[in-house]
Amino acid sequence: MKIMVAIKRVVDYAVKIRVKSDKSGVETSNVKMSMNPFCEIGLEEALRIKESGLASEVIAVSVGPSQCVDTLRTGLAMGADRAIHVEASATLYPLSVAKLLKALVDVEKPGLLILGKQAIDDDCNQTGQMVAGLLNWPQGTFASKVVLDKEKEVATVEREVDGGLETLCLDLPAVITTDLRLNQPRYATLPNIMKAKSKVIKKFTPQELNVDIKSDLEVVQVTEPPKRKAGVIVSSVDELIDQLKNEAHVI
Amino acid sequence: MAARLLRRKALTNLSAPSSSPFSKSSFSVQRLISTLVLGEHEGGSIKAQSLSAVVAAKFLGEDNSISMLLAGSGPSVQEAAIHAASCYSSISQVIVADSDKFTYPVAEPWAKLVQLIQQKGGYSHIMATSGSFGKNILPRAAALLDVSPITDVIEISGPQLFVRPIYAGNALCTVRYTGSAPCMLTVRSTSFPVPLTSANSKSDVAPISQVDPSTFGEDMVCKSKYLSHTSQDSERPDLGNARIVVTGGRALKSAENFKMIEKLAEKLGAAVGATRAAVDAGFVPNELQVGQTGKIVAPELYLAFGVSGAIQHLAGMRDSKVIVAVNKDADAPIFQVADYGLVGDLFEVIPELLEKLPEKK
Repeated sequence: MKIMVAIKRVVDYAVKIRVKSDKSGVETSNVKMSMNPFCEIGLEEALRIKESGLASEVIAVSVGPSQCVDTLRTGLAMGADRAIHVEASATLYPLSVAKLLKALVDVEKPGLLILGKQAIDDDCNQTGQMVAGLLNWPQGTFASKVVLDKEKEVATVEREVDGGLETLCLDLPAVITTDLRLNQPRYATLPNIMKAKSKVIKKFTPQELNVDIKSDLEVVQVTEPPKRKAGVIVSSVDELIDQLKNEAHVI
Repeated sequence: MAARLLRRKALTNLSAPSSSPFSKSSFSVQRLISTLVLGEHEGGSIKAQSLSAVVAAKFLGEDNSISMLLAGSGPSVQEAAIHAASCYSSISQVIVADSDKFTYPVAEPWAKLVQLIQQKGGYSHIMATSGSFGKNILPRAAALLDVSPITDVIEISGPQLFVRPIYAGNALCTVRYTGSAPCMLTVRSTSFPVPLTSANSKSDVAPISQVDPSTFGEDMVCKSKYLSHTSQDSERPDLGNARIVVTGGRALKSAENFKMIEKLAEKLGAAVGATRAAVDAGFVPNELQVGQTGKIVAPELYLAFGVSGAIQHLAGMRDSKVIVAVNKDADAPIFQVADYGLVGDLFEVIPELLEKLPEKK
């Protein structure tokens, strides 16, 4: 069984982002970019499944501008066997990405498609659910534990839901989206980074996959959130209680 | 509330000079707005959180007729339907899908159901609250209907104009939906709080219609099976809706010490929250996590003990009315958002607070 993992290149999670002065978006040039943390977890899970002998190959996939190749190389250095880059320069929303992923699934026929639960730039939390819907595959979103049964061709997925955990059993092929607690992603070692340079990254265009990138959303403006007014530093617990009681009136 | 009004004002300025904000929409302004709200129920009544979507739906337009879709099996879903129809005056119709396919809220049959109901009802909007239920189901249904959904809306500025946070709440994005009907969105519950008095019985009971079970035919074969659910029993108020939240971070050092936070919460009648570091260290279960990847809260009072204030954590609590931070490190970023900061050792501050805080009424 093949596992396909979708990974996204995003502004590094530790970067303090800046809104562009013309309100057209967030400054992304000359900013450190990395693999979306949830995608790292997705790739790590795929690699662990392969290492336990339940999968034959892990394919990393990324959709976006040419720099996505760097992110794919990182994925290859972590241990993915090969990669696919769908080069698209237009603004991509999850619906288009889901259609492209569906087209790639039709080409590669993986038994499992793993995505992160959300990208930390647009915070959408949609792509996995949408591609599952398009493929008519079952979905295990916000997974914190995944157990594959190769014989029965099912995946048991523990999901983080409001107020607890929920366990689902999915018939394969299926779509899984990863939550933070699924695993701790590995670091790429230097020899593996070197090896990754010789691994294959296949290229596709949306046209080749017969996917029409159109958008039914339009960004009107991006602004900074309202600033909070400056606070005060109190010197004692008594002062704090007094302020909360008599100034803020919250206790 | 004030922040929301301010934001709305900013938006009006933006769209005023050119033309009406929905001039580019493909479905005409004259057409009546009708909304389908996906409802979550438990034990025969509507979950309070689901009602945020009903509250938000009213911002879409004055003549919005709001239908609530409930799915489940047996008496509990029927009871919930009666509850929705008779208690909430803004709901004008309740649609019930009663079938064993809906015993559990699984995404596959639910998304198909939404597609089916949309094909019959032709709603202009489909909404849910962005909890794990809404986020799991709504995008899947949107893909089946071939439209782009909009996640975590915090502000509705017109039938097709929405504000949502991006980059962990460090930027606000105004998006216009230009596609065909339905426009699908999930709304952030803390931005559309449900008034406490909303659950009064109303005189006119909304009609309840049952979806013919024979329509859940062959194509609704479900490839996922619901196995189990474990919930954290908690006598404290729900984290998402609490008036006061007390949060502990890594500095608590152990699960044992975290009990101090719980004691303090008890004294204040507050919910307990935690940072990712505290959850990962095993001090508390993960559903207490506040942040970009955990719960988003906006209580009246947020008390953070031993929390450094990473971007991802701030994303989950920056809209709280009053923020109090107690931290040993005077340079911790949390002090930049705190209204009241106290530089000190939480192991001394918390016991003192416990001693000196007034008893809750």
